Amino acid sequence: MEWETVIGLEIHTQLATKSKIFSGAPTAYGAAPNTQACAVDLGLPGVLPVLNEEAVHKAVIFGMAIEAEIAPYSVFARKNYFYPDLPKGYQISQMELPIVGKGHLEIEVDGVSKRIGITRAHLEEDAGKSLHEDFHGLTGIDLNRAGTPLLEIVSEPDMRSAKEAVAYMKQLHELVRYLDICDGNMQEGSFRCDANVSVRPKGQNEFGTRAEIKNINSFKFVEKAINYEIERQIELIENGGKVVQETRLYDSVKDETRSMRSKEEANDYRYFPDPDLLPVFISEDYKAVIKAQLPELPQAKKHRFKDQYALDEENAAILTYSCQLADYFETALKESGCEAKLCANWITGELSAALNKAGLEIMDSPVSSERLAGLLARIRDKTISGKIAKQVFEEMWQSTATADEIIAAKGLKQITDTGAIELIIDKIIAGNPGQVEQYRSGKDKVFAFFVGQVMKEMQGKANPGEVNKMLKAKLKR
Amino acid sequence: MSLTTDEVKKIAHLARLGIDEQDVESYARDLSGILELMARMNELNTDGIEPMAHPMDQVQRLRDDVVTERDNREKFQTIAPQVEAGLYLVPKVIE
Repeated sequence: MEWETVIGLEIHTQLATKSKIFSGAPTAYGAAPNTQACAVDLGLPGVLPVLNEEAVHKAVIFGMAIEAEIAPYSVFARKNYFYPDLPKGYQISQMELPIVGKGHLEIEVDGVSKRIGITRAHLEEDAGKSLHEDFHGLTGIDLNRAGTPLLEIVSEPDMRSAKEAVAYMKQLHELVRYLDICDGNMQEGSFRCDANVSVRPKGQNEFGTRAEIKNINSFKFVEKAINYEIERQIELIENGGKVVQETRLYDSVKDETRSMRSKEEANDYRYFPDPDLLPVFISEDYKAVIKAQLPELPQAKKHRFKDQYALDEENAAILTYSCQLADYFETALKESGCEAKLCANWITGELSAALNKAGLEIMDSPVSSERLAGLLARIRDKTISGKIAKQVFEEMWQSTATADEIIAAKGLKQITDTGAIELIIDKIIAGNPGQVEQYRSGKDKVFAFFVGQVMKEMQGKANPGEVNKMLKAKLKR
Repeated sequence: MSLTTDEVKKIAHLARLGIDEQDVESYARDLSGILELMARMNELNTDGIEPMAHPMDQVQRLRDDVVTERDNREKFQTIAPQVEAGLYLVPKVIE
């Protein structure tokens, strides 16, 4: 039988605020345990949550970017469960009236675009961390993370393959970083994914029973976990079994998913409106201000790069992967006045390779866009060849000198004096009569030998176009 | 609509409330009374009436995103039953 996969994702993004969603404790990652957990985060008696304006602001920015309805009126609810990582006995979340309503995101898989629906996005507080090892059979609790603002983004079950799910997740990851609402750091848990996966016979309208795979913390693992789960479910059904609705955990070491919670603990969260918090109103004015400040979004930027700069899909996609990289490109291009393709190739080639090697992000590049522009300008006006430029670039990477300073100091200026080139050419021709004979008898391949010899003699500083032209003329005789 | 004694026990378990077996019957009766009142209210025509999300007809005040809390771990942990390496220790929560 032919099977169809149905996937929906729930993505938790930690909003990049300085303080927590309901308290004034800091949210910085990596502090000593419990040094950033105040009375509100600990759920001590008598405390009251007070909502952080910036968390609301960032949620609204997100809603606008996915063209969603922003609820004029949203309500916080208590999700009741007992687990020591949230000592209050409930998580403050949103249930019936979330802040962000229906929206959508475009993804692209193998050159085909597809619109993925987003059901909703709601604000809630993150839980603390439980450490299960080394405490004489007890569990250690660190509540620093408790109360960190989260925006949970819930998609429609619109994805039909693990590949589509990964594309959606990447697109969303790119978007939240563009919007500067989440740092996107997956190792630190700023961007986490749960996947709802089911299968059904192709052509069937009803969904199959789904399993939820929890906390998958990399793009690679999302793809692997989903693919494993699809196979598991198909095999189960084909052998006469039934998929049960449950939560499963992905084990990246064994590359498998396994059941996490038993049935009798089926969650019954008994949501109810939190009496400690009043409804949140978002005015039209508030939305208008945010809308005016929205940056150009990744997809729009990519299309503009293709149209405005005639870049190919690959370069446009790489350059718009982050806002910072796109800005770097546009600055370097403007300052250098060179061709867009040359600029793009340098950034996606030489510069990216150097950054990767050094493990740096574009923001931390030792060669600024202005300095790279200085180098590109010298390629453009033919002061140096592309090959020499690579040498100059390496020098720039190690120092703070400009391209011009390095070219002058090292005497790398391209020789355009045809008299000087001519002298060398004559010398090479005179010194290699055998090769000259071969060339003249029709062996065109020997030409490369002459170019090589001349360039070698001139330490690469001759303009290759000029050398070619003059050599051809001289060898004809 | 009325609650069974089993439902009362389940609700108590979910809320982690210890209740005496002898009281289950009376809880069932009282809670059922509340549900019956709700059922009666459900019969009212509420067309055109806005749902009430909070009894106070006010807007949530928001605070600026500023860190105002200092580290008070030492103080908080003096009242914790057991701590180690800055962590609060609790009975093991996974099998």
